[in-house]
Amino acid sequence: MDDIAIAAVEAALAAGAGYADARVMEIRTESMTARNGVIESLDREDRAGVGVRALVGSSWGFFAVPDVGSTAARRAGEQAAAVARASRMVAGPDLRLAPQAASTGHWDSDCREDPLSVGLAEKGDLLEAVTRTMLEHGADLGEASHRVWDTRKWFASSEGTRVDQHIVECGASMSATAVGEAETQRRSYPGIRGQYGTRGWELIRELDLPGNAARIAEEARALLSADACPSLDATDLILGSEQMALQIHESVGHATELDRILGWEAAFAGTSWLELPKLGSLRFGSELMNITADATLPGALGSFGFDDEGTPAHPVDIVRDGIWVGTLSGRDSAAIAGIPSSGGAVRAEGFDRIPMVRMTNVGLQPGTDSLASMIAATEDGILMDTNRSWSIDDKRLNFQFGCEVGWEIKGGKRGRLLKNPTYTAISPRFWGSMDMLGGRDEWVFWGTPNCGKGQPQQIGHTGHPAVPARFRGIRVGVTG
Amino acid sequence: MTDMTTTGRASADASARGLELAEHVLDLVQARAADAETEVTVRQGTEALTRFANGFIHQNVASEINHVVLRVAIDGRNAATSLDGPADDAALTRAIDGVLEAVRVRPPDPDWPGLAPRAAAPDVEHWDEATAAADPDGRAARVRGFVDAADGLETAGYCSTTAVHLAFANSAGQRLTGRGTAANLDGIARTPTADGSARKASVALADLEGREVGGRAARKARDASDPTDLEPGRYEVVLEPDCVANILTFLLVHGFNGKAVEEGRSFARLGEAQFDASVILRDDVTDPGTIGIPFDAEGTPKWPVDLVRGGVTTGLLQTRRTARAAGTTSTGHAVEGGGAWGALGANFVLSAGDRSAEDLIGGVERGVLVTDFWYTRILDPRTQVVTGLTRNGVWLIEDGRIVRPITNLRFTQSFVDALGPGSVRGIGSDPAIILGGWDSIFLVPSLHLGSWNFTGGAKG
Repeated sequence: MDDIAIAAVEAALAAGAGYADARVMEIRTESMTARNGVIESLDREDRAGVGVRALVGSSWGFFAVPDVGSTAARRAGEQAAAVARASRMVAGPDLRLAPQAASTGHWDSDCREDPLSVGLAEKGDLLEAVTRTMLEHGADLGEASHRVWDTRKWFASSEGTRVDQHIVECGASMSATAVGEAETQRRSYPGIRGQYGTRGWELIRELDLPGNAARIAEEARALLSADACPSLDATDLILGSEQMALQIHESVGHATELDRILGWEAAFAGTSWLELPKLGSLRFGSELMNITADATLPGALGSFGFDDEGTPAHPVDIVRDGIWVGTLSGRDSAAIAGIPSSGGAVRAEGFDRIPMVRMTNVGLQPGTDSLASMIAATEDGILMDTNRSWSIDDKRLNFQFGCEVGWEIKGGKRGRLLKNPTYTAISPRFWGSMDMLGGRDEWVFWGTPNCGKGQPQQIGHTGHPAVPARFRGIRVGVTG
Repeated sequence: MTDMTTTGRASADASARGLELAEHVLDLVQARAADAETEVTVRQGTEALTRFANGFIHQNVASEINHVVLRVAIDGRNAATSLDGPADDAALTRAIDGVLEAVRVRPPDPDWPGLAPRAAAPDVEHWDEATAAADPDGRAARVRGFVDAADGLETAGYCSTTAVHLAFANSAGQRLTGRGTAANLDGIARTPTADGSARKASVALADLEGREVGGRAARKARDASDPTDLEPGRYEVVLEPDCVANILTFLLVHGFNGKAVEEGRSFARLGEAQFDASVILRDDVTDPGTIGIPFDAEGTPKWPVDLVRGGVTTGLLQTRRTARAAGTTSTGHAVEGGGAWGALGANFVLSAGDRSAEDLIGGVERGVLVTDFWYTRILDPRTQVVTGLTRNGVWLIEDGRIVRPITNLRFTQSFVDALGPGSVRGIGSDPAIILGGWDSIFLVPSLHLGSWNFTGGAKG
């Protein structure tokens, strides 16, 4: 397929582009959902095509065709240049892409058991069984699903980069819902979005869905009769690692996307409270806070060999000892921001979407405490886990997040179950209050398979290494 | 200049070619599995979006669509597959063999509702030839107008056009074709202290005037500048159409959706006065003011459905599967891949009132005027408690007059309560098309509501 990508690039150059790149992609997906003991849907997709970016002057154009023939590829290249020429009607400042040495190579994600080769009967049996178990243990609604993506892509640029990759991703989720008189309660496993990685079916086996189905059903039922999370202006808050992954994703990951900081997402996803002149000096959180964006982590959902501009994967420090030191960037955003090189964080959902800045594996480096030690060290507080709702402002500053489950902490012990726990805060104050952090043995590479961004909207796959953490003086229990 | 006659003929040919392809796929399946129940949807067309920020076009994309969806059932065992890419016989055969293999290893689905029977769809077509033929220059020209009208303010947004031909065929004899265009110009203007938004969507790109939309956004931004804080609490609100569409999205997904009702997650109770008596809500793709195609992913026609009349909940939306569970018939609201979500794909029309924007504001004793909502997320589907923030222009109203812009506020509010009996104090005469998620379109006016629970300022 290299030759198809190269044909597209050459056509764009011939049509007047100063720079061009092309991705040929073949994507196979599979998803199965079960509800209350019955397989509800089994859907597969095969997608193939070419997407071409062309730069004419300082203006970009992108065109995609659902075809992998050379004629179609050349047409896509020509059209990409034509679209770029139209962009010049409202042209921006001069643009020179951040330098990137031409790369060649191939990369495969880790995959021990091909998820598309595992029998559908086995998959169906697993999902049906866990949903039946949930019903037997108190759930009114038991749901489970798995999803698989098998992506091959070939990238070529007019600067000589020629790389190809084979990335296998999969994961699963399940949830139990209990319906009460005037409310519903839900427990999910492993998290609200499940758990996903750049791994094979072995990931789903390791999750042990059957071993957790009864527990979450019983917890969902118990939540219906639990006390509501109290409304407190300030208390100590302990978050489990699944909720921490959401916390990192929303309030650190998106806030440090360079395209947002530059205003490119202002009308939709929003901007950022971070200002480039403060890069390297602004205090984002406490000294315990160390965040990296690392696309090289084996098995994490945001891992790859090369981003969709051909930049090799590499780790980038985002927050070091609580100070904001890095961004998620690509070649054009880095150049405009005056950052010497791309952060290698540009990806596209498919061949028909333009590559844009996306999180890789944006995660928290572990500390030295543990969830148990945090509880023991807390006189009066609340433990929350498993994300249920998430809302954050367009500058990624003010957030209100809700969890599926909470527990009161009194005198260093976990106490009564609490339902509808929520907390709200301002990002730097929140992160600044973090005083305990779980250790490496509680470090989980959570995967988020549904990060929406861009127009047309693209769904991105991101990873978030996370550990439990404690925060001081947080407002909890906001109700409607 | 496009030759309209030629374009129109090409467009009609495209619909016919889509149906031919769908029928060809049916034949290929039939040759391999004579007892199969099969449905095929072919979606073809183009989509393009010209995006701008900081006053210039920074992303400009276009793509061709060639999408084939195939669902097969044998003795209630069913599976689906879709194909984006070359739809030649080799690719189709691979897809068909794969889906037949999946069907054969699956257990029978006791809830399989069967295929849609033969039925005509409403004779409505939201289509504009010029929009179908739109080129990037046409979109860029509207962006140019938007940016120029902002008169030096920073701007961001997009102009999009789509043209889709849809063909459906199933082995029960159902055959439908439809086509639709849509154009949208949506953006913000920005001062150092505030953003203001404006948008317009239509079936025709020609209806979008860049300078008009950009001028509105710029006025909003300037009027919203130098905002000051407002103490959180309960206030009356005047919500502009984008906010109203946001509310209806939650009422759709978690309320009128037949699956949510079946699972006990919905607030909706047929025959009960759950809304203010002034609320008249229907799903109606035939309304001349909206856009869309009048059949769904299962080939069921979309005839108008009364959802709320005089405040009383009168209807629900159904797919074939949710309808079977409820003992009723599908309303034509299945979306591709949406089986786990239920009945979506709405064309909600909230009946407009007779109040101008000034009248709505004039009726407020002390309240808040909101342009847009942002990042709304449901806390409990049954009670419809949702949290979110205001965005792109917020003002305090006192004694019927706007007195000052205010900083953004967070709210935590039950959406169904907000529209409950006695809660709607005025309905605007300004219906606008808002393009929503889940393949949904909203034709909605502004609303004056009696109470809204603002639970915090955006600064904490």
